[in-house]
Amino acid sequence: MDLSFLDLYPLGQLFLDALVGMGFTPQAAKVIGWFVGAVILLLFGINLVIGLIWLERKIAARIQNRLGPNRVGPFGLLQTIADALKLLTKEDITPFEADRLTYNLAPALAVFPVLMAFAVIPFADRVIGSDINVGVLYLIALGAIATTATLMAGWASNNKFALVGGFRTVAQLLSYEIPLAMAMLIPVMMAGTMRMNGLAQAQGQFWGLGWYVWVLPAAFLIFLTAVLAEGERAPFDLLEAESEIVAGFNIEYSGMKFAWFFLGFFLNSFVLSAIAATVFLGGWQGPFVEQVPILGVVYFFGKTMFMYYVLAWIRATFPRVRVDQMMDLCWKVLVPLALVLFMLVAIVLKLNLSAIHPVAEGAALLLVNIVVIALGTWMMGRALRGPAPLAKRAFTPEIPRL
Amino acid sequence: MALQAIFLLVSAFTLLMALGAVLARNLFHAALFLVGAFFGVSVLYFLLEAEFLAIAQIIIYIGAIATLIVFAIMLSRGMMGPEAGQHNRYAPFAALALFFLFLLVAWLFNIARFEYSEQAVAPDAIAQIGRAFVTTYVVPFEVASILLVVALIGAIMLARERTS
Repeated sequence: MDLSFLDLYPLGQLFLDALVGMGFTPQAAKVIGWFVGAVILLLFGINLVIGLIWLERKIAARIQNRLGPNRVGPFGLLQTIADALKLLTKEDITPFEADRLTYNLAPALAVFPVLMAFAVIPFADRVIGSDINVGVLYLIALGAIATTATLMAGWASNNKFALVGGFRTVAQLLSYEIPLAMAMLIPVMMAGTMRMNGLAQAQGQFWGLGWYVWVLPAAFLIFLTAVLAEGERAPFDLLEAESEIVAGFNIEYSGMKFAWFFLGFFLNSFVLSAIAATVFLGGWQGPFVEQVPILGVVYFFGKTMFMYYVLAWIRATFPRVRVDQMMDLCWKVLVPLALVLFMLVAIVLKLNLSAIHPVAEGAALLLVNIVVIALGTWMMGRALRGPAPLAKRAFTPEIPRL
Repeated sequence: MALQAIFLLVSAFTLLMALGAVLARNLFHAALFLVGAFFGVSVLYFLLEAEFLAIAQIIIYIGAIATLIVFAIMLSRGMMGPEAGQHNRYAPFAALALFFLFLLVAWLFNIARFEYSEQAVAPDAIAQIGRAFVTTYVVPFEVASILLVVALIGAIMLARERTS
């Protein structure tokens, strides 16, 4: 049975052809197509959050042996909508002596880079907003804008807890951008392209199962740790540590402005999961995707939701790390490991082992990665060790000098 | 036509932001205006189809430099209020230097011949840039890397705790 007609890409082409048929020039049709695509992605992203919040609460509840939302709608599915309505009716408070323009701009700036990331996520083969040739760098650049937004929120609130939250943001997001970028560059090096769709296409060997996570587990683990920090998720949710700085940079925000930060947070988690799925788990690649292209969408969302589940799972189980541990983990463990791994992978790729045997290169890469994981475990044991335990005696007796 | 209109809009935005960065009384606002100006320049690069340059502009100038400037301003409390002066006693000298810089730039623009070609941008421009960095321009590239490492080590040496 031929199922190759089940594909999203020709749909877009059909739409463009219909526009041309209606009397638009091909250029105008393209511009309209982009506009419609952008609106679809925007609405999809924002509406997705309703489901994401419900899902995260349900997963956390299941892990902690609770019920979770179960009153509004079947399985509590409408709980998030009720919450959103409640937030809409709340009073919009601007603190005394807050910097008004910056204060109001920050929530919008926190969401828009996350929504912009949707432009380079391939949902299926060639079903992508814009397959620019610097896709991976583009994602990293968006992280830079998000950092500025958090900083603005922290400063403009005129609140010392918010300011401390802002400082922590810079320290954490700026630091973890380095291992994140390095870990993403390793698959880029293997695929030889920075296009997000190209990265997914390059993982199509072995019936669509030639994912990079099999040969680059160390890069994936470094990436996952950096993702947890970049997504401000537990165990790296130091920006909003309730017990230390109350709620961090968004403490003064109320009503819908707070909801915007919340939206940005959940959307960011989804986008980071999607990036992880595309870069390391093959994106839309999977068995039979050549014959039935619509399966690509299923595979993509399956993998993304799996990654989202892993993030929620970690959030529900791990305790928060301390600030110094967070910085130590980045600069003393992840950055050196990422650099070493990057160099080793480059050397292995240059050796051109696949000329000897098709599996030799993958095996060598896996070996290198296992060595790096072992090294990382040892380094974490050293770097995260606290100060040496005190001697049994509370004071040292004076030894008379002879 | 449409491209020209977009160019004019983006240029106006960039210039306004740059003006704001110079004229804002509040230093934090000045830094935010600077971020806006950097962003505008990056959009100009996008209009020129130099995607790599545009993205690098955002990562380096907004992600690293502007964030560090903002951080420095936030850490120095005395400078945050609107009462902080915009000028210090070097203002006349700065104005003089700026005047000569303006003359120099005007002269350079007068004698410079900007070459342009009708060719489209190569689709794999980023790969070509990468290849050029490790072949034709390998020496400047390595010198720049060594400079950055020296700066890095210098910063660590300045910041580390002195234990005598």
